[in-house]
Amino acid sequence: MANPLKCDLCDKPATVHLTQIVSNKVHKVDLCEACAQAKGVTDPSGFSLSDLLLKASLNPEAASGAMRCESCGFTQADFKKHGRFGCPACYDAFKGMLEPMLDGMHKGTKHTGKVPQAALARQTLHERLSKLELDLSDAIKSERYEDAARTRDEISQVKQAPHQSPPR
Amino acid sequence: MTIASLIASPSELTDAASNKTAIVLMTRIRLARNLAGQPFPGWAKPAQRTRVAEICTAAVAAATPLKRSLNVAVEQLGELEKQILVERHLISRELSGSKQGSSVIISKDQTVSVMVNEEDHLRIQVLRAGFQLKKTWNVINELDTALEASLDYAFSPTLGYLTACPTNLGTGMRASAMMHLPALVISSQMEKVVRAVNQLGMVVRGLFGEGSDASGSIFQISNQTTLGESEEEILKRLTSVLQSIIEHELNAREKLLEADSGKLFDKIGRAYGIMQNSHLLNSSEAMNLLSLIRLGIDLGVFPDANRSTIDRLFIEAQPGHLQHAQKGEFDPAQRDLLRAAHLRSEFANFVRPDFSLINSNGKN
Repeated sequence: MANPLKCDLCDKPATVHLTQIVSNKVHKVDLCEACAQAKGVTDPSGFSLSDLLLKASLNPEAASGAMRCESCGFTQADFKKHGRFGCPACYDAFKGMLEPMLDGMHKGTKHTGKVPQAALARQTLHERLSKLELDLSDAIKSERYEDAARTRDEISQVKQAPHQSPPR
Repeated sequence: MTIASLIASPSELTDAASNKTAIVLMTRIRLARNLAGQPFPGWAKPAQRTRVAEICTAAVAAATPLKRSLNVAVEQLGELEKQILVERHLISRELSGSKQGSSVIISKDQTVSVMVNEEDHLRIQVLRAGFQLKKTWNVINELDTALEASLDYAFSPTLGYLTACPTNLGTGMRASAMMHLPALVISSQMEKVVRAVNQLGMVVRGLFGEGSDASGSIFQISNQTTLGESEEEILKRLTSVLQSIIEHELNAREKLLEADSGKLFDKIGRAYGIMQNSHLLNSSEAMNLLSLIRLGIDLGVFPDANRSTIDRLFIEAQPGHLQHAQKGEFDPAQRDLLRAAHLRSEFANFVRPDFSLINSNGKN
């Protein structure tokens, strides 16, 4: 390839090529002289790649088009500007660009730590209830009264469950 | 509890110092948590921020360790009060500059603080004097579980706790130790240590976090990554890094004593002299002198009992605490005068150094 490497931050030709090992992972960046200066790459002690990688992985060519979170209206450009997301649902909306970014940022890409058991149980229950309620109104609308009665019973059972021992 | 009575009582950092805190002054763990279905504070509209604050503060104030705590909105705090809370590591600089809907809940003993609507909806923090990662984790883990009983956290089975910034994803946990490393600084080994620690996935910062300087030879060492490892694994790794830093510091002290004890004694002796006689001290110089006296205590030049005095003065020499004690706002030049006067009076009756008491192993 005859093309010279381009700077990861702007599009000028890259003259500074840096390889750093952070937590046993190799990270590489290519920068033009101006960006290298601005990011303090020339000062080896105080420089950490992680901030840079975060932005570098957001290169327009790395991510496809302008993504947007339906839930809160946050866009890819917003992330580029703030370095933070808009809401929890953004993690779904920006999944595509997230994975390569996390790979460079963390020790792994999968959570293996604490799980909020109580909150998750509540959430599952809530989701189950809203699905049953949807079923119920469907059944009533289409005049399937036997189904409706069964669903209604199930709803009242589920609603009682949290007060008793865990279901089944 | 009111902010005035909180400020009037000593913080965990100033009170509980013993020889256990010789190198690790303080252990701190924070957890970043957010509510499901709500925009993060930086992107939320004012009404959404207020709503989240209401839900969070109600849940937090009801938690056992935070009964009879201080619960105050940031906008109700004065500049000086905020500065004092920052100097005690109870709130972040970011929170002290934040707008409507941000608040903080601080336990009576000042070991637990919860920031609401900082970068995340909740920033839960527990701090303990000395090297106490395990104990600190147990306390914060329990508090977090108690909060989760009434708050719906934003959580993904694969990504863990969802945070505003992807650098906090997963456990949302940052564990840190505040370390006093004068011998590594004097023997110019700190740069090497920082590099080695970075390679192990840990970060070294100054006393007040990102971008602050390391005056007083005090550093904060914390985990850089939060995803892909469990809390226990992170704490285990951090513990072994901290232990090896302690070892390096002790070795460096021993070497200083062996190679050029005269130079080291001179530094400590002069620090003592300046404390007793100076009339102008900026906070950085004061911190560095206090650091040398503290090193003297660790080496046996001064009695062990004086360590808690020095740790108290580390905080009282900060601009916020200094101005609060003098009941007014002063410009930096006036503060230097006041700081020197305060330290002069503290050191007027401070026991004289006795260099014949030095332990050859550099430990206490």
